[in-house]
Amino acid sequence: MDIIPKRHTVHLIARHAESTIWLARYMERIENMARILDVTNTFARDADDTRNWLSIPRINGDLAEFYKKHTEATQRSVGDFYLLDTTNPTSVQSFIAAARENARTLRALISTEMWLQINVFHSRIRQLDAGTITPDHFTAVCAMLKEGAQAHTGITEGTLYRDQAWHFYMIGRYLERADQTTRLLDTRFHSLAPQTDAVDADIDAGHWNALLRAAAGYHAYRREHPSGYHPQEVACFMLANTAFPRSVGLNLAQVEWHLTQLRTRYMLRMSGALERLDQLNGMMTYPNVTELASRKLSPFLDYVQREVGALHQDIVGTFAG
Amino acid sequence: MQAGGASQSQVQSQLQPQSQPHSTMQGYDPSSFFCEMLRPGQPQHPTLTLLLSRLAAMPIDSLRQRAQEAERDLLDRGITFTVYSDATAIDRILPFDLIPRVITPAEWHQIETGVVQRVRALNMFLYDIYHDRKILADKIVPAELVLNNAGYCQAMVGFNVPFNTYVHVCGTDIVRDETGAFRVLEDNARTPSGVAYVVENRHMSLRVIPDLMTSLRVRSVDEYGLRLHNAMAEIAPSGVVDPQVVVLSPGIFNSAYFEHVFLAREMGVPLVEGRDLTVEGGKVWMRTTSGLAPVHTIYRRIGDDFLDPDAFNPESMLGVRGLIEAWRHGTVAIANAVGTGVADDKAIYAYMPRIIKYYLSEEPILPNVDTRICAEPDALAYTLDHLHELVVKPVAESGGYGLLIGPHASKAQLADFRALLKADPANYISQPTLKLSVSPTLCEDGVRPRHIDLRPFAVTGRNTWVLPGGLTRVALRAGTLVVNSSQGGGSKDTWVLE
Repeated sequence: MDIIPKRHTVHLIARHAESTIWLARYMERIENMARILDVTNTFARDADDTRNWLSIPRINGDLAEFYKKHTEATQRSVGDFYLLDTTNPTSVQSFIAAARENARTLRALISTEMWLQINVFHSRIRQLDAGTITPDHFTAVCAMLKEGAQAHTGITEGTLYRDQAWHFYMIGRYLERADQTTRLLDTRFHSLAPQTDAVDADIDAGHWNALLRAAAGYHAYRREHPSGYHPQEVACFMLANTAFPRSVGLNLAQVEWHLTQLRTRYMLRMSGALERLDQLNGMMTYPNVTELASRKLSPFLDYVQREVGALHQDIVGTFAG
Repeated sequence: MQAGGASQSQVQSQLQPQSQPHSTMQGYDPSSFFCEMLRPGQPQHPTLTLLLSRLAAMPIDSLRQRAQEAERDLLDRGITFTVYSDATAIDRILPFDLIPRVITPAEWHQIETGVVQRVRALNMFLYDIYHDRKILADKIVPAELVLNNAGYCQAMVGFNVPFNTYVHVCGTDIVRDETGAFRVLEDNARTPSGVAYVVENRHMSLRVIPDLMTSLRVRSVDEYGLRLHNAMAEIAPSGVVDPQVVVLSPGIFNSAYFEHVFLAREMGVPLVEGRDLTVEGGKVWMRTTSGLAPVHTIYRRIGDDFLDPDAFNPESMLGVRGLIEAWRHGTVAIANAVGTGVADDKAIYAYMPRIIKYYLSEEPILPNVDTRICAEPDALAYTLDHLHELVVKPVAESGGYGLLIGPHASKAQLADFRALLKADPANYISQPTLKLSVSPTLCEDGVRPRHIDLRPFAVTGRNTWVLPGGLTRVALRAGTLVVNSSQGGGSKDTWVLE
């Protein structure tokens, strides 16, 4: 006869696990979108304003959709497309609606504080209109969005009970960060056609600058590399750095930790995802990224993006159906 | 959100009986209605007197500001229900009136024992009509009224449920007439809703009117989830240690979803939809991250028809295929049981006093409202003659739809309804227009009397427990008697004094 009473098993509904991943991903997307819009608005100004604003639809793979609705990429049209357009699935309007719907599904699992903040944030975003995203308000709107998403992150850190659902939540957040950083890098390396030529790098300083700011990594990068920009170093910083919160490598390592927790503490079968991750993590090293960046980074970034997508499917697939 | 906003000294001053004129209550006139606060002709209760003096001393602007805070808070918290009309769905809050409704210990004793008695009788009635049908043989209740009732479920005949409990959660709608007597208006024995508001309203009171509540001994409403969980565990199949309970909801688009969330949270159990459950090997399982896990009790918030496409509505996407079969094999418990709708039918309601006497040999502790069954010729004739002074209700509807309130109806409405009634008299019952009691309520023109009712919630596993208080609904529009949330009603916190 057992002396220690059997511990009550707390199950997590599979559908809720998936919702948790999506909740984290959508909230993370709002923060990323706000930061890219803000950085483009503030730091990426040059003679060719259109090209800068166009980089945002390009990052998100939205060029075709964007041109169906707008003829030219400007602050106004891109702002409309990503801040106001409820029919655009990659607008913050769609992100917050999807986040709230997932939060509603998870309402019995997440903390009251989390739900309350998402609900209030949702109504604030819903109230945005053409009058509130004019040039004099644009930065303030982006700041509001970033703060709202960051408040969510903080409330989650402080109040979400750390059982299975939390691990899935964190996996969603880190997958999204890895994905976003990869996209950022991809478009810049695509448009900048990196050379090892130092002169070119100098010319593009403003662009590297904006890229790093869009990933909230500018100051950290300056500290690590005070002498200037070098494409391979930027690529290493964003892919392989183990201290930068939005580096792909750091985020994938976090995903791995959470998957391992789910496997060891909750006996979940995560072998497919862990194998894929193991292979991917092996590539996020300074020597490897330096080597890749000296040739052409794009195919590698495409591959990482596909693998991150496949990881999400692996994880959800272990308990789907 | 800041609660109240009153400083410590303000709170202290309001503890003292106030000598200043009752400015906030100025112009408050309940006329011939029984007022739950002033209680004409009843001995003064010291707590009520204190509460009234605090209320009267509270500037009306302060009340209005708090009411606004409360409304903002409800929206922020997403404490909303969904109203469907035409093709649109709108999230609305159930308006909260911050002036509480108070129930004295003696009144609560009557309500509590009356509800327990009624739930016992309902369960005995259900057992009987699904087994020996003695009450029908003895002609206490017309057999056709029961056996032909849309709520009567053939699948339940001869089937036994634990403790012979069919109605695990019961909401009894109670009103008070002009003499102050409590009367039962209807029983809700299927899936009564509103209990989440009981608890949320209390939390709201604690946030926005802490100075009104200070030092008053009000009974707690925090035990509901625990009591409900324990009842759900009691009815689980025998031999199961630590049974798995779930709340089964139609999903996030259901108008009562907020309450389903509340129930799952308060019980500490998963909130599932039909697609999360499956029946395999004669047992019910839920789909979890680690595979299928057994389910032992389902507190379902889905109507009978939608529970199992195999047993009932084959079109239903909300339910679980094979659930009823599993239930009949005793591998899972379902609360409330299937087939309870027959007992809370408005036609059966008329017989409840006789049903109570038949099974319990007791007089009803809570009387019915006088009710005429239009299926009976005399009753129909009377109802047609007095249509302008009666309330006529269809027996198979809920939510205040299809209801005629004679004194408020136009000639054309009366004529239309007369035709409806003649065409299908068996579908209607009639009752005298009730002079429902009123409670001081914050309105646009000040604190005004508004009609209220009360829905206490009774939880039954082996025994019955009644949550102290219940949901007080208030008809916010002047003169109207309909308190349903779908018809513009609001709610109040309900204070049962210790």
